[in-house]
Amino acid sequence: MTDHFPTKSAKLPALALLVALASPGAAQAQSAVDEGRKLAFDRSKGNCLTCHVIKGGNLPGTIGPELVDIKSKYPKREDLVAILNDETLRNPLTVMPPFGRNRILTEKEIDAVVDFLQTL
Amino acid sequence: MKLRSAIFLASAAIALAALTLTGAPLLAADDKIDPVADAKAFQKFFRDKFPKVKFEDFVNGPYSMNEDLYRQWQDKEQFPPYEFSLEMGKEMFSKPFKNGKTYADCFPNGGIGIRQNYPYFDEKEGKVITLELALNRCREANGEPPFSYVKDEMAALTAYMAFTSRGKPMDIKIPNDPRALAAYENGKEYFYTRRGQLNFSCATCHVQSPGERIRAEILAPALGIVNAMPIYRSEWSGMGTTSRRFTTCNSQIRAVPLGPQDDEYRNVEYYLSYVSNGLPISGPGARP
Repeated sequence: MTDHFPTKSAKLPALALLVALASPGAAQAQSAVDEGRKLAFDRSKGNCLTCHVIKGGNLPGTIGPELVDIKSKYPKREDLVAILNDETLRNPLTVMPPFGRNRILTEKEIDAVVDFLQTL
Repeated sequence: MKLRSAIFLASAAIALAALTLTGAPLLAADDKIDPVADAKAFQKFFRDKFPKVKFEDFVNGPYSMNEDLYRQWQDKEQFPPYEFSLEMGKEMFSKPFKNGKTYADCFPNGGIGIRQNYPYFDEKEGKVITLELALNRCREANGEPPFSYVKDEMAALTAYMAFTSRGKPMDIKIPNDPRALAAYENGKEYFYTRRGQLNFSCATCHVQSPGERIRAEILAPALGIVNAMPIYRSEWSGMGTTSRRFTTCNSQIRAVPLGPQDDEYRNVEYYLSYVSNGLPISGPGARP
């Protein structure tokens, strides 16, 4: 039984290893969120702010719904990716540009925007 | 939410109508193309969407959509930013060409109070003639080089001609000529067709979303939008013609703009002016 409970001296390096593994991941996630926010506010990229109210954005537009509580509205990440890729598939009359289909954003950029949206 | 779905349904109906019609452009045109019914439905759509806006106010674009903006605009009209251009246009209009003739010699009624009749369909040529095109043709016929279609002198001349026509109801005619109907229909098709990397049609912003804001800017209703041309735009720090509006709109949606006064743009202007019949000329206008 005792070998299932490592000694204190053995535990510490293990914890240190865990922290070392976890923090680059967390840092990466944070930087993807930051990148997503940048893309969402950038006029030449996502430019989401032109049509949507987004927390932290100045002078938002009014065409689309406010981007808030995204995680509860769209629990599935792939639904958000689909909307960004080509919302006309779901709603042919949408004003929203097909960011993926028309290569306005790359797949990676769409992922970053989705990361950011999920924090709202 | 109900209002929004009603708007979408109405736009769907318009888009569907456009699709059905464009699906069979070569079928007997006069069976399907009905400009009178179009104009009636178009105007009703905007009246229903904005029951508080007075009909003649639609020509004031974003200012008709927002009370605060409307007041700011009325203040601005005390010292309008297009005044310099208007003065220049008046002077240019009366100054003779090298051959001694003037612009007045090229136009009915000496070019005064006729803005509401443009564009018109020329049955000899079989094409739509806009005011800008007629002005450059007048110059060339008198041995003068044409002006740029988008700003400066052309905006000044059209500003003056619009000013002398203020208050006159837009009065576009579609002669009983299948080519005129085809031009109208082609303009309508262009207006409702999505294009560019952003996948917008003219109608996406100006039928589906007038009164809404894109960032700080308020989108103008398509109804009466041409009645205010040419316009001084703060965003341009200067004057622009209808040609400038069409080409820059296309650039903004990341589409390739046509040449100013290309047939399709002339047809769009024909369509858009026809469905704004009855609304007063208000140009030159000022816009944010």
